[in-house]
Amino acid sequence: MGAEIEEPASVTLLSGNEAIAHSAYASGVGTAFGYPGTPSTEILEELVKFSPLGVYCEWSPNEKVALEAAAGASVAGARSLVTMKLVGLNVAADPLMTLSYTGVCGGLVIVVADDPGQDSSQTEQDTRHYARLAKVPVLEPGNAEEAYDFTAEAFEISERYRCPVILRTTTCVSHSRGLVRERKSPRAANAVAFERNVEQFVPLPVWGRKLRVKVEERLDAQAADAARSALNRVIGAQDSRLGIISHGVTAYHCAEVIPEAAVLKTGWGFPFPDELFISFARGKDRLIVVEEGDPILEEHVKSLGLACEGKGLVPRCGEITPSVIYGVKRRIFPERELPELPAPPPEAQGLPSRPPMLCPGCPHRGMFYALTHFDVVVCGDIGCYSLGVFPPLNRTDTILCMGAGFTMAHGMQKAGEKRPVVGIVGDSTFFHSGITGLLDVVYNKGISTLIVADNRITAMTGHQEHPGTGITLMGEATKQASIEAVARACGIDRIRVCSPYDQKGFTEALREELAAEEPSLIISRAPCPLHVKRRLGPVRMILQDVCKGCGACLKCGCPAIELTGGKKPKINPVACMGCSLCSGICRFGAIVPVQEDVQRR
Amino acid sequence: MNVSVLLTGVGGQGILLAAKIIALAAKEAGWSVCSNETHGMAQRGGSVRAQIKFGDAAHSPLIMEGGADVLAALEHIEALRCAHYLKRGGLAVVSAQSLVPVTVSSGAAEYPGDVPERLARVFPRLVYRDYAADAAGLGDARLANTIMVGVLSAEIKQIPYETWRRAVELSVKKDFAERNLAAFDFGRGL
Repeated sequence: MGAEIEEPASVTLLSGNEAIAHSAYASGVGTAFGYPGTPSTEILEELVKFSPLGVYCEWSPNEKVALEAAAGASVAGARSLVTMKLVGLNVAADPLMTLSYTGVCGGLVIVVADDPGQDSSQTEQDTRHYARLAKVPVLEPGNAEEAYDFTAEAFEISERYRCPVILRTTTCVSHSRGLVRERKSPRAANAVAFERNVEQFVPLPVWGRKLRVKVEERLDAQAADAARSALNRVIGAQDSRLGIISHGVTAYHCAEVIPEAAVLKTGWGFPFPDELFISFARGKDRLIVVEEGDPILEEHVKSLGLACEGKGLVPRCGEITPSVIYGVKRRIFPERELPELPAPPPEAQGLPSRPPMLCPGCPHRGMFYALTHFDVVVCGDIGCYSLGVFPPLNRTDTILCMGAGFTMAHGMQKAGEKRPVVGIVGDSTFFHSGITGLLDVVYNKGISTLIVADNRITAMTGHQEHPGTGITLMGEATKQASIEAVARACGIDRIRVCSPYDQKGFTEALREELAAEEPSLIISRAPCPLHVKRRLGPVRMILQDVCKGCGACLKCGCPAIELTGGKKPKINPVACMGCSLCSGICRFGAIVPVQEDVQRR
Repeated sequence: MNVSVLLTGVGGQGILLAAKIIALAAKEAGWSVCSNETHGMAQRGGSVRAQIKFGDAAHSPLIMEGGADVLAALEHIEALRCAHYLKRGGLAVVSAQSLVPVTVSSGAAEYPGDVPERLARVFPRLVYRDYAADAAGLGDARLANTIMVGVLSAEIKQIPYETWRRAVELSVKKDFAERNLAAFDFGRGL
């Protein structure tokens, strides 16, 4: 909780993410880079607390930049940590593939937090595929204690083989707490002094071909190492003739739900520890691979000629929870006629859902509300403003990935879409991967209307700084990148900065820019009230005698405006942030500041 | 022996702090412990769950349906939503508080009017009381979570009183320790 660094105790209660940060510090990490993304964000937020002790930490503009910067730090000698969520590795895939060839000097560990069940992600991709594609080791901790131990081991493996190592967590590992035995004193950081070695660090084809061969030799050595590694171990009923091969936290779920089985918990699953699979299978009557994600271990175990079951019993999609494994158990032992798990009672049927929504006072609401006045197509992006897709705003039509708000809009307009096309990205997203899309629109003479939903912070992941905020992760003041100056340099002439709380002004700006036969940029600028932690103005109320019950204010979707009985809505004074958006929407002047009402009385 | 505690409520009610206190208390009492929290989009007004397991050997942090020894909810329809996670004979501690979701405030869905009756039917062992009102009475509505931890502490006898208090103290900022300890004791005395 506190921001102070605690004295390293022998046993502490840490989340998986905190454990990774503590272990990186204890392992002598010199530099750390990342881009915020659930469920990985807390790693650098925890590690930066160690920056007074000499650990350099930064939020990079995106994951590709983060990995490249870490590569530079590492080849100069420093141990380096990189953190991102699963889709971040798509962005960082380019440097990863070549870094596998050129290798590292100081240990380089890439933490990728996967999100089985898609708690807060657009895909459920399995990062182990990237490890195979890049031909680098992947370690999979199953709890906080392992997150700590495996991080330390990942740095060792990385330096032993001079290659990057992926540490794959999942949401359940990153966000679960457990007891962690911490090192008393940290390992000393590596000396930093780059040594020129072009045959290693310059993968021109003449040298790249030689590096390519070395990668294969490295894989063989690592497979043998993994087969002997303590990161792979058997838990549960050691001598059982029922064998389960699993990984990460899923292995612990298996051990708890199917205690009669021997569970081979692979913590270092790639390069595949073949000898271990073969020896574990010996003497088993039945072998089942229980994997969360794709059947990567299963297909490999089968390729070794070992008979096993897997995705025939275990679902391919979603988080493999203990409940899901219980279902697997019922399929394994049909003769036992195990009862079904309890279902929700009738009293829990039809309860109103609680969908995520834009907070009261959120500046994005005014931007989307203004867009409801126009017949346009809106290409949106990843961030809090993704929530503009939901009723009653319904003002987002597509979302693909970071930056695609601008680029999809451009493509759609070029294809000849009849309606005007609007592209939206957030401020952090603009710096992450929006600028290249904006360049595309200008360079190729597009006429889309681009909007930056600029709330001055990376909000969705819990308020992280970015190049536009003027503050670094380490809390230092720095140059503040200007969205409008960047856009101007790219060649956009029509740039306007609008307050989304000013509905009249914002709607008028939209009308003009949508009609323009050239690209235009609207910066919808107002800070996230949750971040600045203050009300924007006096709390509003609805004068019940003036209100006509037309419901117009309800169409902006503010959770502070409640319609719980009758036709006339009321404003919840605890929730209202005083943004005044609703006052501007009401045609009858029925929504007034609470103060004003008191004065009138 | 393992004890499983499931906490639920709405983003912003302090479920994660309550979970942290319980997990820390179990650790300080010398038990093996693990816990899990929902993050991500839940903080934007969604349902929040936290689960804590402690005992001789706690491995998987996730509780199965029918697996919780205790269910505690700071919002009463959230208790109904999680009812099937409680073991037969398990204790439900529920705060009589309605937080209206946007689906209801916008008129698209209805908030049930018979929550107390439903709770009584679903939970044979039910403690039902407005902890938010209690907290307001103590001078700070945000203390409802700590009051609830106090109520739970009387049921979770595997952790001694002094250990609970130490966990509360360690989990909150110094300036808030005193009032949180008072809220804890208030809940424990109910």
